[in-house]
Amino acid sequence: MRAANAGNEGAYRALLGDLAPLLRKIAAQGFSRAGAGNADVEDVVQEVLLAVHLKRHTWIETEPFSPWLHAIARNKVIDCLRRRGRRVVVEIEDVAHLLAADPVPDATVRRDVKRMVGSLNGRQRDVVGMISLDGASIEETAGRLGMTEGAVRVALHRGIAALSALYGKAQL
Amino acid sequence: MKTDALIDLLSRDTRRGPPFGRGAVVALACALIAAWAGMLLTIGVRPDAAAALETVRFMLKFVVTGALAVAATWFAVRAGRPGARLAPAAMALVAAAAILVGAVVVELAVVPADQWAARMIGTNAMVCLMAIPLLAIVPLGAFLMFMRRGAPASPVLAGAVCGLAAGAAAATAYAAHCTDDSPLFVALWYVLAIGLVTALGALIGSRALRW
Repeated sequence: MRAANAGNEGAYRALLGDLAPLLRKIAAQGFSRAGAGNADVEDVVQEVLLAVHLKRHTWIETEPFSPWLHAIARNKVIDCLRRRGRRVVVEIEDVAHLLAADPVPDATVRRDVKRMVGSLNGRQRDVVGMISLDGASIEETAGRLGMTEGAVRVALHRGIAALSALYGKAQL
Repeated sequence: MKTDALIDLLSRDTRRGPPFGRGAVVALACALIAAWAGMLLTIGVRPDAAAALETVRFMLKFVVTGALAVAATWFAVRAGRPGARLAPAAMALVAAAAILVGAVVVELAVVPADQWAARMIGTNAMVCLMAIPLLAIVPLGAFLMFMRRGAPASPVLAGAVCGLAAGAAAATAYAAHCTDDSPLFVALWYVLAIGLVTALGALIGSRALRW
């Protein structure tokens, strides 16, 4: 994380990649302790990764990384359990109906990337879509959309923040 | 979204804001400037301020409210930082409160009992209850904006401590206008006014500080 904060993109990617399995374990433990199933584990993993990314300025570089990470993961697991509680109480008929009509397309992840990116607005949708779906680089995206690289970076960052907010909504 | 795709997406976003703690210093500075400017432009400093500066009671109001503002700001930084221990900052808040409690005890000792009620009720309690929350509006906005960059485990607590810091910052400014200097007055009306702002902060925080 220290290397990542210093601007080392490769180190950051490797760190997030290493965190994913650890977070999967933390989320699964959290769910089983609450007596809940594992259906949303991957969603929580992604939510935590987004939070780690968007809140990484709250970690102090001289402090240990693990307590910070665990606190974020714990919060997101609790949020998810609460959301699920509400969903079951309020919308069980809706959920049953949806499940019957439209079987979940992806075995592990229930949110559809296209729909999530599609619900971003204008520029953010274009930029996030091009980078995440087409795998374009910042430079390519800037060229194709006729934007400066700086503007692409801003739109990407805001788009990621907006994605994170979408995860927080009760259903998607 | 596949998790690998998300990681790839995140690693391309190299924008990162300034460290969280620095934002608190900025918020506190903005809060104090806004509160003092608001006071000077509306109700103004009391006419006998120069003479009052030499009295212990007048100065003590700035010490109490200033200490509270600083302690609450420090608490806010910790409340917004995942995994941070709150106990040290809570102790700082207790210490700030202890200054006021000590002052009240001394005041009760040096002032005859038949004057306690008059000093506590003062002459402009209603102005105090109105002015501190009004002067705290902009400071509260500053602290909430700061906290939105944080990741508080409890949005209600984070909002409350933002309100506490904003109320205390506003009180430092109001203290220069207010002619009631007794710690008995401060302990009742200032605390009540700051409490209002704290409650407002908790209410807003419960909605605005989720992340």
